[in-house]
Amino acid sequence: MYQLNINGRSHQVNVEPDTPLLWVLREQVGLTGTKYGCGIAQCGACSVHINGEVRRSCSLPVSSVKAGDRIVTIEGLSSDSSHPVQKAWAAIDVPQCGFCQSGQIMAAAALLKNKPKPTDKDIDEAMTNICRCGTYARIRAAIHAAAGNIKMGSADAVTTEKTGA
Amino acid sequence: MKTTSSGKTPNLSRRKFIISSAAAGGGLTLGFHLPFGIGSAAAQSAADVTEINAWVVVKPDDTCVIRIARAEMGQGTLTGLAQLVAEELECDWKKVTTESITAGQNLARKRVWGDMSTAGSRGIRTSHDYVRRGGAAARMMLMQAAADQWKVPVAELQVANSVITHAASSRSTTYGQVASAAAKLTTPDLKSIKLKDAKNWKIAGKPVRRLDTADKLNGQKVYAIDLKLPGMLNAAVRDCPVFGGKLASYDESKILAMPGVKRVIKVNDSTVAVVADTWWRAKKALDALPIVWDEGPNANVTSASIAEHLKSGLTSDDAFADINTGDAVKAIAGAAKKVEAVYSLPFVSHTTMETMNCTVKLTADRAEVWIPTQNPEASLAALSSASGLPLEKCEVYKHDLGGGFGRRIGNQDVVRQGVTIAKQFPGVPVKMIWSREEDQAHDFYRPIAQCRLAAGVDANGNLAGLLVRVSGQSINAFANPAAIKDGKDKRQLQGLWPEPGDAQIGYTHPNLRTEYAMRNTHLPVGPWRGVNTNQNGIFLECFMDEVAKLAGKDPLEFRRALMAERPKHLGVLNAAAERAGWGKPLPPGVHRGIAQFMGYGSYSAAVAEVSVSAKGEVKVHRMVFALNCGNVVNPDQTTAQIEGSVAYGMTTLHSEISVDAGKVVETNFHNYRVMKIAEMPKVETVLALTHDFWGGVGEPTICVVVPAILNAIYAATGKPVRSLPLGKQGMTLV
Repeated sequence: MYQLNINGRSHQVNVEPDTPLLWVLREQVGLTGTKYGCGIAQCGACSVHINGEVRRSCSLPVSSVKAGDRIVTIEGLSSDSSHPVQKAWAAIDVPQCGFCQSGQIMAAAALLKNKPKPTDKDIDEAMTNICRCGTYARIRAAIHAAAGNIKMGSADAVTTEKTGA
Repeated sequence: MKTTSSGKTPNLSRRKFIISSAAAGGGLTLGFHLPFGIGSAAAQSAADVTEINAWVVVKPDDTCVIRIARAEMGQGTLTGLAQLVAEELECDWKKVTTESITAGQNLARKRVWGDMSTAGSRGIRTSHDYVRRGGAAARMMLMQAAADQWKVPVAELQVANSVITHAASSRSTTYGQVASAAAKLTTPDLKSIKLKDAKNWKIAGKPVRRLDTADKLNGQKVYAIDLKLPGMLNAAVRDCPVFGGKLASYDESKILAMPGVKRVIKVNDSTVAVVADTWWRAKKALDALPIVWDEGPNANVTSASIAEHLKSGLTSDDAFADINTGDAVKAIAGAAKKVEAVYSLPFVSHTTMETMNCTVKLTADRAEVWIPTQNPEASLAALSSASGLPLEKCEVYKHDLGGGFGRRIGNQDVVRQGVTIAKQFPGVPVKMIWSREEDQAHDFYRPIAQCRLAAGVDANGNLAGLLVRVSGQSINAFANPAAIKDGKDKRQLQGLWPEPGDAQIGYTHPNLRTEYAMRNTHLPVGPWRGVNTNQNGIFLECFMDEVAKLAGKDPLEFRRALMAERPKHLGVLNAAAERAGWGKPLPPGVHRGIAQFMGYGSYSAAVAEVSVSAKGEVKVHRMVFALNCGNVVNPDQTTAQIEGSVAYGMTTLHSEISVDAGKVVETNFHNYRVMKIAEMPKVETVLALTHDFWGGVGEPTICVVVPAILNAIYAATGKPVRSLPLGKQGMTLV
């Protein structure tokens, strides 16, 4: 039996100790916003925050999570999609299929917490999540928008980015 | 106001409804039984809604629900189709929502929604006409209902934003208020409806925000892999890692006592499944299951043996010629200067972010599947044949896909596996999920191909003749042999075709020959975003730069000289070159490459700016695209697709699917390297539209991504890149 603090609520789960946190979230707690993409911490679709740090939950055995650890999933990032990253993602229409975007948003939120005004290089280093649709240009623009580096103006931010040369 | 599915309006009480066969495009008006039952789109809607026609449902609060038949897998078709219907409907865009129809509903209503498959970049280009007519017909019925109510000629009415106005009497009403009356009217003749000129569009053609973003930002969107049903079990599967191999034996006694495990199932000759209460437990038990494979003769196959097999097709006499103008071979032989090259491209995988999955529930008289599918009607057919139940007793609930790219269109392998497993648990939904490793090892890969090209140039640097011999695996031979006519599989020459319209070669010349020699392997192959335009675009466009160099000409000028008879190809080439500043100075170390090609009815060109370090690090700084897809429904989503094609295409610079001992070597992202944000160049797009046709958007530009980059590398290094991934050349993408 493991005691977990997820999105500010306490959950008790009865699973084997090697069960990855990802599958505890998805199959025991019922939070399916955190996605399975590879199972080996390569793609980042399973990204969550633990005590404010971004972690890849597919490779994190539940037994390694302490009862006092604060786990935040995409469902708990904000109550109403009002986190600056979520707002920027909406304004710039970042998602295509959307499957990787929970992880992208959690990674971006953690980046901005550590570096409120990230450079392109900061983004390159922190955002190692995989997107097969290829939303990378918009992810970059949206992180800059969320940071206030560029204007959060619907399509304008992206258009400027694309035609800026 | 009553829903059409409630059967309470007079005509509906007879369970009959006059509905237009909009999808047939023939303007037929048919009467037939309404099929809506449990799980249908209409039954899931609130009670107080009114179906005006197949495409449009209106609620009392003026919300217009637009029905979408095509699959949404990120490409934005859902929003684009809604824009097209809404444009003609003259509704308030802020009050538009969408609703997916099911394959069962389409079948029951005699395919009123037309083809549901979403592939070949056809989602919009082949349905724009009938969905607009559906929207227009609904608008006409709503206006007629208002005219009838006010007893005035409909011609005196005006409409905008879901509000109908009669200026002469200062009366107005809304769609929600007249919907019930409108639904009782006969649908107008669709064929005679005059659609708006695109010049007057207010919603279509505009960069409106997508309609499907909100629940992708907060974890609320339910992909098929997220589905939870009461009492649901979970299955993990393993197919023989060697294609064509079989299950010899497995020892289930070793795992039956593991937590949550319910049963071990032989799915077919080569596949075993473990069913458990959770998927994690099923997967863990499957990993622990001792399995003995009978790998068969394919266990001897390697990438090297496949390469030899393909090489034989470069010079064999079993090829067929598609274009055979003049005598290319003779012209090349007699030319002042000659160049010959062999290009080689590997298999690549789709690697959708959401791995293959489906949930199947079977009872004695009902079969249901929840699945991310590009072709719900093919899924329905597979469900019927695998379950043994007639089509009418089957239903497919399509979830928006976590990536498609062609993997989820034709072959319904996932449905067949899911049904076989669920047969063991009557009445219990069973969700089957493939691990990433299973997904990588059992894809339908982009075909492997080689190409021998030869050209000659005369003393003036003009092309004397060009020969293109493709040797490689055929998609049709694997998936659709009937499409091969007289042994000539033209599909593998996609993008090199002489015929206009879909994927025409951009050059004409008195001595031109294109050939294909089929060389199949034991790997399954299938369509992969852009399909064969990917390989053929690289072959032709990279070789053009080699020939231009031989001729001592600028690559752009050399191409232009061969494109006088291809004005649309030339148009995008010029547009890309102009925007990119072709010929103008670049920062030190940065070089340009250019390419043009056609696919999916659209014309694409690209210019790449690339630098290559002494260590072979390839940096793509900027790419400029020009696309002529005729008409654009949402320019912002069109540019998003072009950006996406860059990432999907550039991943093939990193990675290949190779074969050792008959198995796929690249089993997960650690050895199938996928492009990340750091490698993404700045992308600029010119929509060079001629407005006289409708071409595709999702696939066309990918075929110029890689050749433009490789040509820039050639410009940087002086050495042509003739095979991928770049690691084979001692280079790496950074």
